Amino acid sequence: MPGKCFRVCCLLAVAALAAHAAALEVPRLRGRINDLAGLLTAEQIAALDSKLADLEKSDSTQVAVLIIPSLEGEALEDYSERVASSWRLGVRGRDNGALLLIAMKERKVRIEVGYGLEPTLTDALCRRIIENEIIPSFRQGRFYEGIDRGISAVIQGVRGVYRPSDRGRTPENESGGGPLDWLLFLLVPLLLMLSAAGRWGGALFGAAGGLYLASSLFGGSLAALAAGALVGGILGFVLGAILRAGARSSTIGRRGTWPGTFYYGGRSGSFGGGFGGGFSGGGGRFGGGGASGGW
Amino acid sequence: MKKGWVAGLGCLGILVVAALIIGLAGLGIYNSLVALQENVKQQWGQVENVYQRRADLVPNLVATVKGYAAHEREVLEAVTASRAQVGSLKVTPDILNRPAEFEKFQQAQAALSGALSRLLLVVERYPDLKANQNFLELQSQLEGTENRIAVERKRFNEAAQAYNTRIRQFPAVVVARLFGFTETAYFQSTPGSERPPVVDFNK
Repeated sequence: MPGKCFRVCCLLAVAALAAHAAALEVPRLRGRINDLAGLLTAEQIAALDSKLADLEKSDSTQVAVLIIPSLEGEALEDYSERVASSWRLGVRGRDNGALLLIAMKERKVRIEVGYGLEPTLTDALCRRIIENEIIPSFRQGRFYEGIDRGISAVIQGVRGVYRPSDRGRTPENESGGGPLDWLLFLLVPLLLMLSAAGRWGGALFGAAGGLYLASSLFGGSLAALAAGALVGGILGFVLGAILRAGARSSTIGRRGTWPGTFYYGGRSGSFGGGFGGGFSGGGGRFGGGGASGGW
Repeated sequence: MKKGWVAGLGCLGILVVAALIIGLAGLGIYNSLVALQENVKQQWGQVENVYQRRADLVPNLVATVKGYAAHEREVLEAVTASRAQVGSLKVTPDILNRPAEFEKFQQAQAALSGALSRLLLVVERYPDLKANQNFLELQSQLEGTENRIAVERKRFNEAAQAYNTRIRQFPAVVVARLFGFTETAYFQSTPGSERPPVVDFNK
């Protein structure tokens, strides 16, 4: 039956697509050394970790290691870039992070280098580190030794170029502006009009404000716009009613009752580093620099 | 008489408020379109950078290979020619609005990719060259650059897609038409331009 055959083909295609979409997951960043293959002992991990912690303390450069059992068919370079980018190793604005990725089954190694380290940790240097330090030990099955030598070489490669850590300082590249800052300017005249306009005028102004907020925050999807307008309208109605009542009783000065930056309070989306004792990426970016090798 | 005035003023008020609503919404949409467009341009800058980086590597690479494998003239000439072709393209930021120019750029870069991968294949036959430290450095730089190209192209395409989708969606499409936001070109996957291609050994 051709129909059945077609359906099976479709199913296979869908399955293949799904498998592709659900490519190997990026593991959670648990520390500087992420040994998912169970290759290293706890002491070995601690030793490697302290080396990298020293580096971060003195140079602000973040280096992490990921050991996985298998790439499960994904290209080494693709996976490595995905992991490095989602872990965001390195300090934001300096992009001084690097990742050492080891795939056991495929016997492949890659050093992924952040934008900021590319001038010092060049592709050629990474290749030399992999070939001279890591692979010889790996070939003899001495994995800890290979990783240790590799990390030491990476540290030496990075050193002497970056000044001592200034991780605490705010990064230069803070994205200012944004639609919300506009709103602050709009808010004051808006509130003035609101109090004059009363409940229904307030509702209208509120709806307008909500519409603007929704369009700038969530894009122009109709649902978001409608919800923004509705919420804004209701808020405006209530506020208008309150303000008018306030203005009428006029025992309190107008300014006293105004909620000021009422809308502005909920700004979110910027992430603090989150340094709760653990290790986390500082916002570094990666652009595919580095080198790969195999043993 | 007085009633008429009040009704007229009311109508006017409603019109003003409606205009205000539409204006504010339009403003928000316009700003978001500008942001998306800037993102596309910035990503395009990155793409140009990495392609330039590769182009800069080629003369050195050719010179090094020539020292060991001078009689592979055909392959070397192909690389030099496609490098020259890439260098002769005048790339302006406008290229994103001109699909034909963009297509030309993409083809020229793909040709260089193909020529380079053939060169690296030929090199396999020369153990002396493969042991040359200078060549090894160049080769790893070239590999790294090809990988960078893949990464930046992917990111550019993502940015372009976000922008192209946005300017065709409903409320935004009105603003986009009004202010002349046009669709941006993006990379189609052509053979030889994504990951290093599978090489045919019978060639």
